[in-house]
Order: sequence, then C-alpha cells, then structure tokens
Amino acid sequence: MYGPPQQVGGGDASLSDQWRVDAAPVAASAAADRESALVIDVAGLRMAYDGFEAVRGVDLRVRRGEIFTFLGPNGAGKTTTVEILEGHRKRTGGEVRVLGEDPQHADRRWRARVGVVLQSSRVERELTVRECLELYAGYYPKPRPVREVIKLVGLEKKAEARGAQLSGGQQRRLDVALALIGDPELVFLDEPTTGFDPSARRAAWEMIAGLRELGKTIFLTTHYMDEAEALADRIAVLNAGVIVAEGTPSTLGGRNQAAYEISFGLPDGVTVDALPFPARTLSEPGRVLIESTEVMATLHALAGWAIERGAEVGDLRVRRPALEDVYLALTEPAA
Amino acid sequence: MSDVALVAHQLRYDLLSIWRNPQSRFFTLALPVIFLVLLTSLFGNHTNHVDGVAIKNSTYYVPGICTLGIIASSFVNLVITITAQRESGVLKRRRSTPVPAWVLIASRALTAAVVSVVVVAVIVVIGRIAYGVRVPSSTIPAIVLAIIVGAACFCCLSFAVASFIRNEDAAQPMLQAIILPLYFISGIFIPKDELSGTLRDIASVFPVSHLDNALFKAFDPATTGSGIAGNDLLILAAWAVAGLLVALWRFSWSPQGA
Repeated sequence: MYGPPQQVGGGDASLSDQWRVDAAPVAASAAADRESALVIDVAGLRMAYDGFEAVRGVDLRVRRGEIFTFLGPNGAGKTTTVEILEGHRKRTGGEVRVLGEDPQHADRRWRARVGVVLQSSRVERELTVRECLELYAGYYPKPRPVREVIKLVGLEKKAEARGAQLSGGQQRRLDVALALIGDPELVFLDEPTTGFDPSARRAAWEMIAGLRELGKTIFLTTHYMDEAEALADRIAVLNAGVIVAEGTPSTLGGRNQAAYEISFGLPDGVTVDALPFPARTLSEPGRVLIESTEVMATLHALAGWAIERGAEVGDLRVRRPALEDVYLALTEPAA
Repeated sequence: MSDVALVAHQLRYDLLSIWRNPQSRFFTLALPVIFLVLLTSLFGNHTNHVDGVAIKNSTYYVPGICTLGIIASSFVNLVITITAQRESGVLKRRRSTPVPAWVLIASRALTAAVVSVVVVAVIVVIGRIAYGVRVPSSTIPAIVLAIIVGAACFCCLSFAVASFIRNEDAAQPMLQAIILPLYFISGIFIPKDELSGTLRDIASVFPVSHLDNALFKAFDPATTGSGIAGNDLLILAAWAVAGLLVALWRFSWSPQGA
C-alpha cells in the first residue's frame, strides 16, 4: 500500500524540497504585497463542548505557498480546528488569524479569498459540472474561467454530466473545482482522497501539487501517511486536542535522528552473540536486527566482519523508520 | 454582480434543479392535477352548498387544489430540499463562499413563489377547460396576492420545520403526518360543510384553511368586489412571522447528522 521507503523519504532532496524551490518566487511576490507571510496564525486555540475540551491549546503557523498537513486520529480535534479556521465554528478561547482576519467575524471579502473542500459534501445532483461551476462562479468577485477550472481538475469529459451521474472520485474533483472557482489564496482540503482508488489518489496528488505551483497555500487534513509524505511541506500531528509534533515529513518526531533498522540473515553456524554489535533476533528464523544512528559506520563494520570471516550475510535490508511508525508512536493512546 | 443580480442568478439554478428533479415535478405539478381530476370524478361535478351558497363541485375544488399545489411547492418540496441540501453539505459549502445567506433564502422563497404561480395557473387552466370553472377577472389580483402571501408563509414555515428534521429520510413521512390531516380538516378534500364545527375550529388555527379561504373567496362566484380576504391573509402573515422567528432561532447550515 505504501511506496518503497527510498522513494518517499530517502534522500535529502525529497519531493517536497524540489517543490519548495519552485514555489519560492511566487511566495516572495505574494509576501511583497504587504501581506504577512503567515497565512494562518493560531495561538492557544481552545474549544469546549459541554465541558469536554476537544481542542486544548493549539498553536499553528502556516506560511504562504506551502502545503501544510494536519494529521491526527479520529476524535483528536482535527475537524473542530479546521471548522474554526474556516469560520464555520466559534471557538471558546485563543487567538486565530487567517489571512490576517479573525474567521469568526469573517466577511464576504475574506470568504472570497478562502476555498473550502469539506470532508463530506455531496454534489448538487441536478446540475451539470459546468452549470454548478457557473453557479458558484457567480458568488465571487473575480472567478477563474469555468473551462480552465474544469481542465485543472481533469473533468473535461464530464463537463455536461449531471452531479448524480458522477463517480465518487469525479464528485470529489468537482468539490475541489468548486473550492477553486473563486481563485482563493488559501484552500482547505479536508480528507480530499478518502475513498479513492490508488490511481485516482495519484491523480489527485498531482492536482494538489499543481495548486502549490499556482501559489496557493494549502491546509490539508488526511489519514494517509503516503499522502502526507508525498505532498506536505510541513506536518503537524494533533492528538487528544494538542499538537504533539510538528516538522517536515523527514524530520517529524525526530525521524531524521531516529535509528535506522538494519536486518539480515545470520551466516550458518553464527549466533547472534558472535556479532560485533548488539543485535536482536527477529521472528523470522535466523534473521537479526541492528538499530543504528550511524548507518554507514555500522554497515562498514558489518561488511568488514563478514569479509574477514568469509561469511555470507543474506538478504541485507536497510530501512528508515516510516512516517507511519513515527505517527503511530506519537498518537499512541496513553497507557 | 450586485446582490439583486445574484438573487436572479441563484434563482435560475434553483428553478433548473427543481425542474430536473422528477420527484419535485411529480409532487408539485402532477399530483395536484391528479387530485383535481380524482376529486371531481369521485364526488361528481354537481352543485353543492357551501356556507349556504350554491356552488359547483369543481368550482369548490379548484381553489382547494391550488392551495394544495402552493403547499406542495413552497412547503413539502421545500422542506425536503432544504433538509437534503443541509445533510449533504451543500448548504455548508455555499456558506463557505461569499454568497450572503439572505440571497440563498430569497432565491429559495422566490423559487417557491414562481413554482406556486405555475401550479395555480395549470390548475386554473385545467379547471376552465375541463370543468368550465370561471375566474372572475376582478379577483385576479386577489388570487396573485393570496399565492404570494401563502408561498411566503409556507416558505418561512419550511425553514422552521426543516430545523426539526434530522435527515432527509425522516422528512417525507413527518411532513405527510403534519399536512395530510390538515388537508382533510381544512376542506381541501372534503367540502367544509360536511366537516363538524369542532374540526373546522381546529383547522381555523392553522394556515392551510386560511390559504384555502383566501383563494376560495377569489374564485367564489358569489364574491363581489376585489375578493381580497384580509383576515385570512393577516393570519397567514402571522404564521409567516412565527415561522421566521423559529427559523432564525434554530436554523443550521451544517449537517445535523442522522
């Protein structure tokens, strides 16, 4: 289900770093128009429902032009936080600035600068894709051309199809198109690829990455670690109403400093105690695991030891801790 | 786009959606026609007495079925549409855009009014052609006024009632439970003279009978003058205000969950 580790997290020049270089000039010019480089600035956000505190002091900073990814298990307070940022819910405490304004008192001008893809919204069944976009285009002062937005989300062949005739993935694309028709600066995407098949998900990622190229700031919530890894410039993990970690996909939760896992099959007749470093046996017979933060030195020593003894080290694997491992450790329910 | 132009823009798509929805077409347009044909065939088109005045059955039923048509389009269909759009996130998504809430509501109300006028026109034309029911030209303004006040009243009530319905599956049975008994005791299906005084008293509290009275007065051959039923229209307006207040207090744009 997840891509091979070297593809997603491997080198320092990860996918997200390449993207950031491309997006930089756009971000710089946008910052020049006296607008703060911080698109979202949240301090000490709190939200209580009937005595239960769903959000307990969240701080968030999202910079212009980045894809900010918000992770967390169900019930962590993600949706509540996003709804407050979108201006759909009133908070009980803390400071919130989105595009320089408090979303709680947002006016029409502010709404025209924000695009929202809700987690569960269905399309308007009786209108065609084109009609629906024309309807929404009328709401905005400076909409993008309908035809261009249809092309952006890849619905050219379905432009004349009614909402009721679209597949789940196509409906989600229309959702995204409706969020983009007003040419917003900031787009909230709440679990945009839930229920997609793998190829539709890849296509959606390309589309979202394309939005960053347009200079949009994206606030993405997702349950999929591969999605976060492929798209995010920065990630924040919310658990039980507080941010438990924040960083880039490669540094989140100290992932860049975490030990690599080196595993291999023991040469015949060698026990785990005979190895030159501490290792532990795995459930697979004859297989051992070494954890190391200095991978090259460990591999060098291992190779030297094996050559010296004329022993064969079988099926050698080096694995970096997956984002999912980091995430699961961060969101583990307190024992 | 100015806000007034925005209402017209929204109205165009709201009307298009209603027209394309087979369920809306059936319940708002076909069903009233079926009822008119059914009731006049069932009870015959002979002459009857209502409040001591001789009147043909069809002349009695045309305003009643117009009432039913107005309520079907500006109440039953509207509550179902609002509930479905709220639960499917359509309303919340629209509220995420710069469109003002009042534009969406005004367009909905106008949609209901336009459909009501069309339904009434269809019923009146069928009544004229098939049953020879005459519409006195002097009372046409009274008919239009009754349609507009009636549609506005039931529109306000729709937003109030929709706020009590949690999902669209519950909407249809709940609405029928409210509206069917009212149709029966308000003289829509059964001539008022055949109803007991108690039932008529109960009915007189609710807006259905007052909309029927207002329309009946305009169609009644015995009516002289403009045919505007001031008291009935005032009671409809009072219900409209009550509905509006409840809607302002309770109405939500976000899904309420099953």
